Amino acid sequence: MFLALTLLLPIPVSNRKKNKRILSEKSYGKLTARERILLLLDPDSFDEYDMFVEHRCSDFGMDSNKNKYPGDSVVTGRGRINGRLAYVFSQRNVLCSGVVPQISLIMGPCAGGAVYSPALTDFTFMVKDTSYLFITGPDVVKSVTNEDVTQEQLGGAKTHTAVSGVAHRAFENDIDALLNLREFFNYLPLSNRDPAPVCECHDPSDRLVPELDTVVPVESTKAYDMLDIIHSIADEREFFEIMPSYARNIVVGFARMNGRTVGIVGNQPKVASGCLDINSSVKGARFVRFCDAFNIPLITFVDVPGFLPGTAQEYGGIIRHGAKLLFAFAEATVPKITIITRKAYGGAYDVMSSKHLRGDANYAWPTAEVAVMGAKGAVQIIFRGKEANAEAEYVDKFANPFPAAMRGFVDDIIQPSTTRMRICHDLDVLASKTQSSPWKKHANIPL
Amino acid sequence: MVLVKVEEEKMHVSGGRKACVLFISRFLLFFSLQTFEKLLIANRGEIACRVIKTCKKMGIKTVAIHSDVDANAVHVKMADEAVCVGPAPTGKSYLNMDAIMEVIKKTRAQAVHPGYGFLSENKEFARRLASEGVTFIGPDTHAIQAMGDKIESKLLAKNAKVNTIPGFDGVFELLSNCSPLLGYPVMIKASAGGGGKGMRIAWDDEETREGFRFSSQEAASSFGDDRLLIEKFIDNPRHIEIQVLADKHGNALWLNERECSIQRRNQKVVEEAPSTFLDPETRRAMGEQAVALAKAVKYSSAGTVEFLVDSSKNFYFLEMNTRLQVEHPVTECITGLDLVQEMIRVAKGYPLRHKQADIPINGWAVECRVYAEDPYKSFGLPSIGKLSQYQEPLHVPSVRVDSGIQQGSDISIYYDPMISKLITYGSNRAEALKRMEEALDNYVIRGVAHNISLLREVIVHPRFVQGDISTKFLPEVYPDGFKGHKLTDLERRELLATAASLYVAEQLRSQRFLGTPRIPIAKSKRSSWELSVRLGDGNYPIAVSKDGSSFSVEVDGMKLNVTSEWNLASPLLSVTVDGTQRTIQRLSRNASGDTRIQFLGTVYKLQILTKVAAELSKYMPEKAAEDTSSILRSPMPGAVVAVSVKPGDTVSEGQEICVIEAMKMQNSMIAAKTGKVKAVHCKAGDTVGEGDLLVELE
Repeated sequence: MFLALTLLLPIPVSNRKKNKRILSEKSYGKLTARERILLLLDPDSFDEYDMFVEHRCSDFGMDSNKNKYPGDSVVTGRGRINGRLAYVFSQRNVLCSGVVPQISLIMGPCAGGAVYSPALTDFTFMVKDTSYLFITGPDVVKSVTNEDVTQEQLGGAKTHTAVSGVAHRAFENDIDALLNLREFFNYLPLSNRDPAPVCECHDPSDRLVPELDTVVPVESTKAYDMLDIIHSIADEREFFEIMPSYARNIVVGFARMNGRTVGIVGNQPKVASGCLDINSSVKGARFVRFCDAFNIPLITFVDVPGFLPGTAQEYGGIIRHGAKLLFAFAEATVPKITIITRKAYGGAYDVMSSKHLRGDANYAWPTAEVAVMGAKGAVQIIFRGKEANAEAEYVDKFANPFPAAMRGFVDDIIQPSTTRMRICHDLDVLASKTQSSPWKKHANIPL
Repeated sequence: MVLVKVEEEKMHVSGGRKACVLFISRFLLFFSLQTFEKLLIANRGEIACRVIKTCKKMGIKTVAIHSDVDANAVHVKMADEAVCVGPAPTGKSYLNMDAIMEVIKKTRAQAVHPGYGFLSENKEFARRLASEGVTFIGPDTHAIQAMGDKIESKLLAKNAKVNTIPGFDGVFELLSNCSPLLGYPVMIKASAGGGGKGMRIAWDDEETREGFRFSSQEAASSFGDDRLLIEKFIDNPRHIEIQVLADKHGNALWLNERECSIQRRNQKVVEEAPSTFLDPETRRAMGEQAVALAKAVKYSSAGTVEFLVDSSKNFYFLEMNTRLQVEHPVTECITGLDLVQEMIRVAKGYPLRHKQADIPINGWAVECRVYAEDPYKSFGLPSIGKLSQYQEPLHVPSVRVDSGIQQGSDISIYYDPMISKLITYGSNRAEALKRMEEALDNYVIRGVAHNISLLREVIVHPRFVQGDISTKFLPEVYPDGFKGHKLTDLERRELLATAASLYVAEQLRSQRFLGTPRIPIAKSKRSSWELSVRLGDGNYPIAVSKDGSSFSVEVDGMKLNVTSEWNLASPLLSVTVDGTQRTIQRLSRNASGDTRIQFLGTVYKLQILTKVAAELSKYMPEKAAEDTSSILRSPMPGAVVAVSVKPGDTVSEGQEICVIEAMKMQNSMIAAKTGKVKAVHCKAGDTVGEGDLLVELE
């Protein structure tokens, strides 16, 4: 596993108390690279590479001795996190993508072409208030487009976690970020040839979750929080959410089931009714592909009223972007378990890891409605308002999981409280699943 | 009917002479149990469940009513039938007499148990039931009417030679000149009131005016009757009540007292039976007066006569509640009677089965009302949410939990925020209190704020343990508000050692992986850890070393031995520190070292870091905190009744800005500083959540 820890952050080796440059870093609330390594890796586990490298810049007096430091520029090496091997580096290339999980932690300003280094890794985390990512900084923006914008507005943690979707999570400060990274590391396999780690688990795999029997509101128009469901079924209610502030109508992240890492994807009825749109499709697709690349089983919770309609979405290419999620689920060969909690309408139903996309176990709760669309919409289109009792008839016929179960689109209708138990059992059985696709150089996902 | 069947099977084998016994026993059972075929419970929550339990025992079919949001509630699942009577607001559902009468007709219920609150003391409801030939499980209309009116009941009590409080017995409408006659302080009460609603104490003329305004508004909104009365306020009294039970044949019993002095805002929090304060003579005197009053109004069914008792054991009649009380379980524990069963029998017309001499006081029972509320805000402001985890301490011996919720239930703004009644029983008071401590520690409630911390502090407080209590106990013991348990040095060390051990146990577990990976995992040989734990304002250096399955922890230069099974998934953790076993709850943890632990009932926030991380954290930037003096947030979920300011107004510190009504109580929100109003984010009629921004000052 590769961890990109600091980018272009020149920190000298020498004693930090005496060094002016370190003091100026501190005044921004940052740690030095070596302090970061101390917190990230297990004690005494770091083997450093290229400690004696110096910069070779000779312009503007940079070659004078007072501007030269051994170990300048970046700190790279190898160490252990909870006993498992990790490489700390500054810039790597595309070839490692899909071979080892790569994580970037942005802990300072990162601009220009350098931003592509984190962009190419699997996950980009940022530190709030002290880190920035942009292709061109505020000064250039001002001179070219005459636009006034601050560093924070242009490329701060908030911008990238909530607006652009470039970063996957933001943390309060350097220490918070590094401690969270240690914890996150434990979810991931070391490479695509290793299985996801299985941790010691104290949470019984057959634990019943009674609150799930009442979590879906009686009125089908009322929202509930998909995170409640995810927390309640996960080991010890722990869920490491990826991109919690971006495209919040879909929830993605890692949890453990009976100690085994799983990737969870769920529609979020609380935000925009949980519909799929461009951003949520892309968010979901990238996460699904990561899990598939690194042998992490996928658990999908479906409550989706459909794709978001409208010109904004169609002009933006929802067909192309929605296809990414469809493609990602369809090509994934890891164990795939799907639970339909309520709505599973139309094309969006199909996209959300349905049986048609090679789902291994597809379940429906008694509240599930697998249909082309909701009763009201369907009746309006079919009868153009001429049939008074049609809506009740439609509800009776389609607003329940039986039609789908009769056709084999769901494998079983399950009591919600048994969901955790069912998933854990299935994961045990599916642990040895192998599935191969025909040979190809690589698939051509609709980018 | 069910009981008869069981009896038959048991007896069947014996044959011969037993056949005769069988016949007689069947005959007796038939007559002693024959009551109603089907009973409707016009209530919700724990009391509905409580009534259904007894009905099941008696073989009576049950009908539950519910609002639409309660469709999945426990009482609905427990009942044989359930019918929706309307939307969430109580006025449209649980108080909707037309809908309830309709359900009674449809389901052919022969009787109605009203529980407490809602329609339990509504004479109109009782009258309508009577006109339909349906039995009301409670006293008849006349008694409800007489006792429901504070003014009329006081006159009746006086006539029955029951001690009453000096005051104005007539309806109190104008302030002029009435308070000086009694002398301050005075108590203003809603004539139709109950449960502390519409009740206020005033110490001078101005407070009287303000109290009058609030009480009449509350009375109007809660009871639809804004008449008030005023009487001398007995300062620092105890609230002791007598349970009475009467039948339709003129018999009446007193079932001893309940001590209900621990109250906040005139609502009971901790109750017990018997009272430490009463001697047998006073008990008998109170009991006899209570029975005299019951007989005077031809009372039938269970009822409660409330008294105020001053420090010289003078007692004064307060009011009579013509219903089953919330705190009835403590009486059931010490007398062995099932009050709901007795009420149903009496309603059917059976005479009482007991004589006064048969009523015992066996042992001691304590009840804590567990509320979904934040005790750190004026001893309890309502909290709402979903019970994400919920586990009752039923594994503790001699514990009874009366509740109507389960894991996943919603505590909504529409109804009373009570989670449950936790009752413990012991052969003496000390034993009952010890079990209560254990029960409170073993109670898992997550997802909403709760008052376990306050309850636990009360029951271990030396004044409570000695029985030195009054209705002013809470404000006297906590004059600056309740702040949670105050740790002693020893307890603080125990907490720190436990937290540090938990952290290390967690760290060790995160290095244990199952299976054999391709790249070997470096096994840590580490056996000692240097940590820094922040608790409150203090930072504590702590050294932990692993010692077999236990940890040796050094805090403040003292070594403590910490052992546990370290099951990190269990909501309850049994931890032994230097021989002292305690049940603690770790409520949350995260990667940043933030940990919340419930220890001795109170939740403590700690941050546990390695020494290295703690040293480096001083370089981290301080994030600016929000200035809270210039903003006013709602301290609880509720409805905005009135907003007294508009943008641009100048307000002075302490001035009322708006009024929030929650759980039928009106709370005045005041300005924290003097300034100009910048923006108003709410208007009268809005529903607001806890923490919602109401008003901003400049």
